[in-house]
Amino acid sequence: MPASHRSKLDRWVQRGFWIFSALPTLLALLILAALWIKSQPILLSHPLKTLLFGSAWKPQKGEFGFLPFISGTIWVTVVALVIAVPICILTALYLSEYTSARTQRLIKPLLDLLAAIPSVVYGVWGVLIIVPWVQNSLAPLLGRWGSILPILTTTNPTGYSVLAGGIVLAVMIAPFIVSIAYEVLQTIPFGLRQASLALGATRWQTIKYAVIPKASTGIFASIVLGCSRALGETMAVLMVVGNVPQIPRSIFDAAYPLPALIANNYGEMMSIPLYDAALMTASLLLLGMVLVLNIFSILALRHVLREKT
Amino acid sequence: MRWKWQQLEEKIVQLFMLLSFALILFCLLLILYTIVAKGLPSLSWAMISQTPKGGFYLGKEGGILNAIIGSLYLALGGTLIALLFAFPLALLLNIYLSQSLWADLVRLSLDILWGIPSIVYGAFGFTVMIFLGWRASLLGGILTLALLEFPIMARAMDEVIRRLPPDLPRAAYALGSTNLETAFFVVTRQILPGLATAALLAFGRGIGDAASVLFTAGYTDRIPNSLFSPAASLPLAVFFQLGTPFPEVQQRAYSAALILTIIVLGISLSSRWLAHYLDRFSIH
Repeated sequence: MPASHRSKLDRWVQRGFWIFSALPTLLALLILAALWIKSQPILLSHPLKTLLFGSAWKPQKGEFGFLPFISGTIWVTVVALVIAVPICILTALYLSEYTSARTQRLIKPLLDLLAAIPSVVYGVWGVLIIVPWVQNSLAPLLGRWGSILPILTTTNPTGYSVLAGGIVLAVMIAPFIVSIAYEVLQTIPFGLRQASLALGATRWQTIKYAVIPKASTGIFASIVLGCSRALGETMAVLMVVGNVPQIPRSIFDAAYPLPALIANNYGEMMSIPLYDAALMTASLLLLGMVLVLNIFSILALRHVLREKT
Repeated sequence: MRWKWQQLEEKIVQLFMLLSFALILFCLLLILYTIVAKGLPSLSWAMISQTPKGGFYLGKEGGILNAIIGSLYLALGGTLIALLFAFPLALLLNIYLSQSLWADLVRLSLDILWGIPSIVYGAFGFTVMIFLGWRASLLGGILTLALLEFPIMARAMDEVIRRLPPDLPRAAYALGSTNLETAFFVVTRQILPGLATAALLAFGRGIGDAASVLFTAGYTDRIPNSLFSPAASLPLAVFFQLGTPFPEVQQRAYSAALILTIIVLGISLSSRWLAHYLDRFSIH
């Protein structure tokens, strides 16, 4: 092929490729726009305050209060984070600071494996192991403190609860948090540790005073990213959380997070007026929460991981 | 005294770290053990070679071939379509737009898309399908999965190309190649292992995802025979069968979960092997 043809072809392809580069941004905007338009009927006919802070959920009567679902989402996510964060950070520190490079190469595939397991399988595991464990062991054990700490009150006889959802979620987001936190820790210059150790600090003192202050932004971002994963997780949570539209008062109460609401009701959403708009509003709310957390953590992580190079 | 406390603190923290690490490993093993122990007893040849017969959901004869085939169709279709967009985008980001602000913005958008929950993709896909007047179908499921897989694949491929030594494209340019020739004849060949891993990663994500196909692909007892017929999928087979009150059917949900886990872990392992195998075609 003559040179002029080759460079002409190159220019044409370059122009065509530009379309591809607009796709991700367009897609994100399109998703937002579609959900926004579809939730207009309900956003226009109900004041935002009763939608967000109303707790009456009676679609047949036209009452749509999302508070039970929003609070269900927040409860489950917070419980998951409380369980997962200390364990994940300690694990990431252990992998990064105490193990040899060879062990690290062995562990990474295991984390990938844990991340690859489909959420419905986590759900089955939750139903088989976690729900009975909560019902038979944790609820009787912790319920005794219910009179002192109201969040431990046990009024729900089944194990399908905020706690079961939180535990399953904690296991699901663990590989994410661990691998990102580990990656962040790896960007801390080795010389920093050597300097601290040379001054006679123990390894833990080095971590506490030299590594963690430097890595704190990145570690925090990894937690936020895990949090946004937890918010959107559907099937596994749906299977173990009980799905009762109420505002949970205790970790042993059943809850009904937003993703579960959407997944459970798509079947009848066409038969009740405004119901489809309500479910789209639920999707929009969920997307809004996830986007805010994601954008923050992505930007923070970029900043942190780029400093290395 | 102070020295002793420091040593003690060191030991305590190390103990906690080890315990945390062990706990995560324990959970992984417990999950695998539970799925295998519960799923193996009712796993039979009939489960993977037959479609559901009459009364299947009451515990009668049949298998979940419809869901296995449906899932493979959905994930294969989704992966192919995602590949069609993700691969050129990844090349474009690195060859044509390497350090520009626009590339940064595209990467940010991809990361944002990557974080959108699959249930939102499902709701979005469903909305678009209603707008177009489609019913739940294989095609709807494939397109929704393609949306879900596209950012995962594009980002993974982008990372692979970015790790390429910059001397390689430079050498190609020095020999007079255009951007296009460098991209397809030099870069692509060099990153083949990474491309395969990225595609398989997205495939595994697609085959295991339930929330996005719940609205869009529907569920049926038959093997789909056209793009416009509904398609069953393995994750939903697990979910629906677990939701019935009959222990025999729930048993089958466990073995469906085992089949799904075997497929996903098989993909994960084979992608490692494939990357290793294809590595021989790269320059080192």
